[in-house]
Amino acid sequence: MRLPWRFLLPAIAFAGLVVFFIIGLQQDPGRIESPLIGKSAPAFALESLGNPAWKVGSTDFTGRPWLLNVWATWCGGCREEHETLMAIAAENRLPMMGLNWRDDRALALRWLTQLGNPYVSVAFDPEGGTAIDWGVYGAPETFLIGADGNVLHKHIGPLTPEAWQRDFVPLLPARGGEG
Amino acid sequence: MIPEIGHFALVLSLLLAVSQAVFSLAGAARGHAGWMAAGRSAVVGQFVFVALAFGALIWAFVERDFSVAYVATNSNSQLPLFYRVAATWGGHEGSLLLWAFSLAGWSIAVTGASSSLDAPFRSRVIGILGLISIGFLLFMLTTSNPFDRLVPAALDGNDLNPLLQDFALAVHPPILYLGYVGFAVAFAFACATLLEGRLDAAWARWTRPWTLAAWLFLTVGIALGSWWAYYELGWGGWWFWDPVENASFMPWLAGTALIHSLAVTEKRGLFKSWTLLLAVTAFSLSLLGTFLVRSGVLISVHAFATDPARGIFILGFLTAVIGGALVLYAWRAPRLKSAAGFEATSRESFLLFNNALLVAALGLILLGTLYPLFMDALELGKVSVGPPYFEIVFLVPMLPLLALMGVGMHAAWKRGLLAAARNRLLTIAGVAIAAAVIAGAAVYGDVRPLTTIGFALALWVMGTSLAIPLARLRARQAIPGAVLGMVIAHFGIGLSTLGITGVQSFKIEQDVALAVGDAANVGGYDFRLTSLKDVQGPNFIAVEGEVVVSRNGEPVATLHPQKRLYNSGGNPMTEAGIEVGAARDLFAALGDDLGQGRWSLRLQYKPLIRYIWLGALLIALGGGIAALDRRYRRSALASAAATAAVAAAGSR
Repeated sequence: MRLPWRFLLPAIAFAGLVVFFIIGLQQDPGRIESPLIGKSAPAFALESLGNPAWKVGSTDFTGRPWLLNVWATWCGGCREEHETLMAIAAENRLPMMGLNWRDDRALALRWLTQLGNPYVSVAFDPEGGTAIDWGVYGAPETFLIGADGNVLHKHIGPLTPEAWQRDFVPLLPARGGEG
Repeated sequence: MIPEIGHFALVLSLLLAVSQAVFSLAGAARGHAGWMAAGRSAVVGQFVFVALAFGALIWAFVERDFSVAYVATNSNSQLPLFYRVAATWGGHEGSLLLWAFSLAGWSIAVTGASSSLDAPFRSRVIGILGLISIGFLLFMLTTSNPFDRLVPAALDGNDLNPLLQDFALAVHPPILYLGYVGFAVAFAFACATLLEGRLDAAWARWTRPWTLAAWLFLTVGIALGSWWAYYELGWGGWWFWDPVENASFMPWLAGTALIHSLAVTEKRGLFKSWTLLLAVTAFSLSLLGTFLVRSGVLISVHAFATDPARGIFILGFLTAVIGGALVLYAWRAPRLKSAAGFEATSRESFLLFNNALLVAALGLILLGTLYPLFMDALELGKVSVGPPYFEIVFLVPMLPLLALMGVGMHAAWKRGLLAAARNRLLTIAGVAIAAAVIAGAAVYGDVRPLTTIGFALALWVMGTSLAIPLARLRARQAIPGAVLGMVIAHFGIGLSTLGITGVQSFKIEQDVALAVGDAANVGGYDFRLTSLKDVQGPNFIAVEGEVVVSRNGEPVATLHPQKRLYNSGGNPMTEAGIEVGAARDLFAALGDDLGQGRWSLRLQYKPLIRYIWLGALLIALGGGIAALDRRYRRSALASAAATAAVAAAGSR
C-alpha cells in the first residue's frame, strides 16, 4: 500500500511556488532599492553618441551631483518621459548624461534632433555592457549620483514631474549652493 | 454604442458562467436532471454572449473607434484592415477576451459532443469549465475591461506594435490560445473524475481526442511563433528560450507526456493517478504561462507594479484553480488503483520512460524560467538564465528520449520486444549511424560527435517510424488512424531533429558592412548588395536592399531585405530577405545605416532549417489523424448502454 502523502506532494510544491509569487508581488520593483545605492557609481568610458572619437565617462562630472538617464529610441516610456527630462534640463540645476542603450546611432541622433536634447552628453552603449554594470533591467531608468560619486537614487520607469519633486529634489543640495 | 453592447454582453456572459457552474455542479451532486439541463443551456448562452462581445471589439477596431481606450492603444487609422482585426488580440485586454472566447468555444464543443457520457459526469465537466470561465470573465471585467472608453476620445491611435504587424503573428495567438485553453477540457475531465473518485478506460478514451486536439493547436502555434521569430526579428534564430517561448513550450511538454500516458491508461488501465496529475499540470502550466508571463512578472518586472490589483487577482485565481485541483488530487487520487504488471521491454515501460524524460525536461525548463524569480524573492540578486543553460538541460533528457522512442513504437503491450522487431530495429540503427557519419563527412565535410549523434537519432526515429506502416502493408494489415497518426507525428519529430542538428551544426552567420556594389562570401555563396531604395508601405516607410546571391558565378537568388520605420514611431523593424530551399535557406537582413552609403548586413546560410517547422507541422498532422481515429468517433456515438458496459469492463 502506497503512502497517501505522496499524492500531497504536488499541492505542497505548488503552495511553495505561491509563497514565492506572493513575495515577488510585494517586491514592487519600482521601489526596490538598487544594490548600488550608497555605493560608488560603476565606472565606464564609452563613445559619445554624437562623435565616436569622443569619450563619455562616469568621471565627467566628478565633484558635483549629476543624473544618468538610460534611454533608447525603441522604448515607449522614454518618449513619455522626454518632456519631463527637457523640463529638468531647463532648470539647469545639475547636468544630465544620457546612456543610449542597445540602440541605433542614427536613429538616436534623429530622436534628439526631433524631440530636443536634454543631455549634456550621451554615452553610446549598443551592446548594453555598461547598462548591465549599472543593474539596468529596462528602459527608462534614471540614476542620481552625488558629488562624492555615490549613487543616491534610482528611478525605474518614465520619470514624472511628481517623482522628480518627491524623490530627487530633496536629495539635491539647496539651490544656490553649487551649480 | 456598440462597445457598450460588448461590455454588457461580457457582464451577461459572466452571469451565465456562474449559472453554468452552479447548476451543473449542484445538479450533478443532487442528481437533478433539470438543473443539469439548465447548466448545459448556460454554456450555449455564454458562448453567444462572449462571441457578441468579441464581435463588438472587432467592430470597434474595424471602424477605428478611438474613443475606446484599448482600440486607441493598439491600432491606428493607417493600419490595414487585416491587422486592425488582428489588433483585437494585440494587447492584454483583447488577449483575455480571445482566451474567454476560446474557452467558450471548447465548452460548447464538449457539451455538444458529450451526450453519450454519464449525465452527472458530463455535468461536472461542464461545471468545472464554468468555474474557469467565471475567473476569466471576472478578471476582465474588474481589472482589464477592453471596452473602457477614453474621454476625450483620441484623434488617432498609437498603432499596433509593428512587430505584430505580420501574418504569422496575427494568426499565432488564436491558434496558440486554442491549444492553451484546450487543455482546460482535459483538466475538467480530470477534476470531474477526481470528484467522482473512479476512473475507467472510457474516461481515457474520452479524454484522448480532446487532449490531442488541444495539443495539435499548441504545436502549430509554437511552430508559427518560431517561424515568425526567424524571419521577423532579423537575427535568423528560431528559438531563444525566452520566458514567453518557455511558457508555451512547458504545457506542450506536459501535454505530450499526457497523450502518451493516456494511451497506457486507456489500453492497460495503468498510470491512472499519474495521468490525472499530468492533465492538471498541462492546464496549470498554460494558466501560469499566459498569466504570469504576459503580465510581466518574469520579463519586464515593471508591468506588475503599475497595477497591483491585476497581480493579486491573478494570483488568487491561479491558487484557486491549480491549488483546488491539486488538493482534490491529494484527497481522491489515492483511491484509484492500477493493478497490473508489465515487462521491462513492454510498451508500457517505454511510455513510462517517455513520461519520466519529458517531465524531467519540463522540470528543468520550469526551474530555469522561475529561477530569476526565486533568486529575487530570496534577495540573492537579479540573475537571468540564458540559452546556454536551457540548451544543455534540454539535450540531456532529449537524446535518450529519441533513442528509446524508436524501440518503444515497436514494443508490444504487456509482453517484451518480439524477435522480428528486434532484428528490424538493429538494421535500422546500423543504417542510421552509418548514414549519419557519411552525411557529415560527404555533405558537410566534417564529422563531429554531437552532430553525428543528432543525425543518427533523427534518421533512427524516421526509420523506425516508417517501418511500422511498411510492416503492416507487407502483412496486408489495416493501418488504424491512431497508428498512422503516431507514425506521422514521430516521423515529424525525426525530421525536426534533422533540421535542428543541421542548422545548429553547420549554420554560417556573418555580419558585414557593405556599400552598393560590394559583395561578401558566406558558406560558398556570394552575397552582392546591388541597390538600395526607399519603399513606401501603407503605414511605414522602408529602405529596401537588393542582394543578389550567386555561387561560382551562377546566380542563385535575389533577396529583398527591408528596414522599416513605422509612421507611429518606435523601433525600426527588420524584414529579412530569405531564399527558401530544401537543403538550405539563404538569409539577408539589413542592419544599420553606417553612413557614407554603407550598411551593416546580417548574412546567413542556414542548412536544413525548413525541416524544423515541416517536422512540427507533421507532428500536428499526426495528432489530428490520431484524434480522428474511428474508435473515438464510435465512442462518441455509443449509446448509454455501451458506455456502461465499457465502464463495467474497465472496473473489473
